[in-house]
Amino acid sequence: MRSAIVDRPLDAAALLAEVSGTGHGAAVLFVGTVRDTNDGRAVTGIEYTAYRDMAERELSDIVASTAARFPGVDIAVEHRLGTLGLGEASIVIAAAHPHRGAAYEASRVVIEETKRRVPIWKREHYADGTREWVHAGSGTQRTPEAVA
Amino acid sequence: MPLRALLFASYADAVGAPEVEVDLPDGSTVREVVDAIRSRHGADRLPPAPLVAVNQRYASAETRVSARDEVAIIPPVAGG
Repeated sequence: MRSAIVDRPLDAAALLAEVSGTGHGAAVLFVGTVRDTNDGRAVTGIEYTAYRDMAERELSDIVASTAARFPGVDIAVEHRLGTLGLGEASIVIAAAHPHRGAAYEASRVVIEETKRRVPIWKREHYADGTREWVHAGSGTQRTPEAVA
Repeated sequence: MPLRALLFASYADAVGAPEVEVDLPDGSTVREVVDAIRSRHGADRLPPAPLVAVNQRYASAETRVSARDEVAIIPPVAGG
C-alpha cells in the first residue's frame, strides 16, 4: 500500500508492477490524463497545486480506508503536481486483488474519494492564452465528512 | 490571539496573498475566523462558508481554534 504526491512524470507501469503478484488474479490500472477540451474550450495544459501536507495525509487515509474495505487488495497511487501538457498523467492508481470485482471497485473508490476530498486544485491553460481555476462541483460548500 | 490562515489557489488569488493574519479571542470558532478574514480588505470575495481545515483535517464551523493551530481555507478541490 503506498500513496504519494510527486513533482515528476508518473510511471504507470512501475505502479502496476508494484502491486502485481502471483496471488493477485486481477490488477486494474487507472490513469487520469490532461484532456484537450473542457466545457467547449480548447485546453493546452493544466497546472496542479496542493495543500501538500494535507493532500498527502488525505490520500494516505483514502488508501488505508479502501484497503480496509476490500481485504486482500494492494493499492499504489501517485498524484502529480506542476504544469502538465496534453495527454500527460496527473494521477495513476494501481489496484490488485485476487479477484477482479474488488480490484475494479477499489480503483473506483480511490479516484472518486480523491476528487472529493484531497486538497488539490487545477488551473486550466486555454488556447486563447487565458487561465482559470477549475471549481469542480462548486456551489454549496459542505465538508467532505458531512457529505460522506 | 493572532491567527494565521493559509489560502490556496483561487482563494489566494482573490485575496492576493497565500496567507492572512487575524486577531481573535482564544477559542474562537472556525466560523468566527472566517468572518474575521472576510471583513478584511480584499477578502470579502471569499465565500461566506468555505471549507476549512484545522491541523490538516476538515473542520466544522463550530470547531474551536487556538493560535497554535494550522488553519487553512480550502477552495473546492479539483484533483484527479
